[in-house]
Amino acid sequence: MSLGPEASVTDEESALTADAAEVRGPAEKAIAGRSLKQIAWRRLKKDKVALGGACVVIFLILIAILAPLLTKWFGHPIDEFHNETLDPTFGTPKGAFGGISTEFLFGVEPDSGRDIFSRVLYGAQTSLTVAFLSALVSTILGVIFGLAAGFLGGWVDATISRVMDFLLAFPQLLFSIALVSVLPYEMLGLNARWSRVAVLVCVIGFFGWPYIGRIVRGQTLSLREREFVEAARSMGARSPRILMRELLPNLAAPILVYTTLIIPTNILTEAALSFLGVGIPPPNPSWGGMLSSAVPVYQIDPMFMIIPGTLIFITVLAFNLFGDGLRDALDPKAR
Amino acid sequence: MVAYLIRRLINAVLTLLVVTLVTFGIFFMVPKLTGSDPALLYIGKTADKVAVEGIREKMGLSDPILVQYGKFLKGIVAGRDYANGPDVQHCDAPCLGYSFKTEQEVTPLLMDDLPVTLSLALGAAILWLIGGVTAGVISALRKGSIPDRAVMFIALAGVSLPIYFTGLLSKQIFVNWLGWLPEGNYVPFLESPSEWFIQMLLPWITLAFLFAATYARLTRANMLETLGEDYIRTARAKGLTERIVIGKHALRSGLTPIVTIFGLDLGALLGGAVLTEAVFNLRGLGYQALQAIRGNDLPVILGVTMIAAFFIVIANLVVDLVYSAIDPRVRLG
Repeated sequence: MSLGPEASVTDEESALTADAAEVRGPAEKAIAGRSLKQIAWRRLKKDKVALGGACVVIFLILIAILAPLLTKWFGHPIDEFHNETLDPTFGTPKGAFGGISTEFLFGVEPDSGRDIFSRVLYGAQTSLTVAFLSALVSTILGVIFGLAAGFLGGWVDATISRVMDFLLAFPQLLFSIALVSVLPYEMLGLNARWSRVAVLVCVIGFFGWPYIGRIVRGQTLSLREREFVEAARSMGARSPRILMRELLPNLAAPILVYTTLIIPTNILTEAALSFLGVGIPPPNPSWGGMLSSAVPVYQIDPMFMIIPGTLIFITVLAFNLFGDGLRDALDPKAR
Repeated sequence: MVAYLIRRLINAVLTLLVVTLVTFGIFFMVPKLTGSDPALLYIGKTADKVAVEGIREKMGLSDPILVQYGKFLKGIVAGRDYANGPDVQHCDAPCLGYSFKTEQEVTPLLMDDLPVTLSLALGAAILWLIGGVTAGVISALRKGSIPDRAVMFIALAGVSLPIYFTGLLSKQIFVNWLGWLPEGNYVPFLESPSEWFIQMLLPWITLAFLFAATYARLTRANMLETLGEDYIRTARAKGLTERIVIGKHALRSGLTPIVTIFGLDLGALLGGAVLTEAVFNLRGLGYQALQAIRGNDLPVILGVTMIAAFFIVIANLVVDLVYSAIDPRVRLG
């Protein structure tokens, strides 16, 4: 059990009842302090906006997982052309709002007549996969380097901090574009879609780690000097134990919050790269790619741009709402 | 102070060196590792052996990478010569290379694009700084009120919207449906300032909105933290008017962190707003970079990266200097 601040945190409510218990005498059951997890959960439960965000996030994850089934039930295969839904002279969808109908729930793509509903679902799959995995890469790298810098200090800290500053002060998007565009489209025996996902995960994850690393380093620096670390050390704990059992549990909250908050950024970056034509290669569906193919036709068929754009917006907003709520719930200073 | 400046300048130059080295490395090493040849990427896969050899010779690709890098650096400081077939092409000092794809020197090519990016970045920066900070301060002062909630909701929406969506959307709404603004085409400021202004208005507003959202959130958080400090209570207790407490005491320390972020954001934007330029068809540095990357035009990519890194490094330096002027706790030394 960690002796960190977790153990001693009580919120105002329990402090009040604790007083009352004293008045009522020792016969009544003493009120136990709550762990940070319990406090955070209580606060989060009251935060309707954050919960709303969380629900949307869960809904989107389910949609992404169930994409093949949903496509089978309500849509059409992602690369099936439906020329009969298009105006033969202009190549634009027949009917209002980009050809939305009970047959094609989100309408059809101009020029090809592919089902936007199905393509958007598969887009969610790629988008969320890239966002989650790259957040994971950033977090793992950030925690390792942040902990090392904060805990070891000295030249290790100097080197890591310098690298982090350098990466943060870097034309990142330009570099991601450049890096992604020189890497091959098929590798490691994966098909074009998943090898690109792997490339995007690595590149986005790599450029994201200093954000986590900086926070972990700062927290480690201040935690390292706290009494409970000293206590553990005086009881004979060695560095690995202090790192794993004393420091890491206390870093869990900020790590969780900032991992949640880089996911929306990653979604935007993935969509941006696909929009610029270096992300997920067509004909594989991606939200950014759909927006990019909407550029020449958005004036005649605005729905083709509005649907993927709105989905990006909703997804990113939901993650931001949840992440903000999580931060407020886990931050003891939160007002 | 002088010693500090010199140290910072050396640092800045070192950072630039690392950036170019990394860019160089990516574009020369990665194709090698993955088994493709930069000369082939350059000329297309169908080219015959002689043509490929020629390109390799012209681009200096047969030299070892460090020699190539050295030549590149020498070009920036002293200019260099290129063998282009029988002619020798001279490229003057700050020479960022010669693009064999477009048969142009990189430096003048990028200098032509710079005004577009400058117009975009500076105009948007003014808008978002004023808009974002004002909204944030008002929000913080009226915490919990309806205006505060409205501003914070819009700001949260703003940070969740990508420019490649809002750009298309605003073009659709203001150009096609409402017809308030013309379909964008960049007009140089010197040609017609009023036309330049009208053409840039939509890109400015769209780009500024996204940044303003971030700034409003940041300003509000900083201001709230500052307003909770003891010295604000002291200032109020002294009987100072609210105007002076906020205007002189709270704003100064509440806005200091904004200066840092503003400098870095502006610096990053000056190196090319790739997405905004792509959406609004502005032929600035970002647009050029994108074209170059798509066409594997390495000298241009290197050039834009250099300029982008240059602006970021300069912005960092300026921010630190400004910081020491507005925050008395920071001492240079």
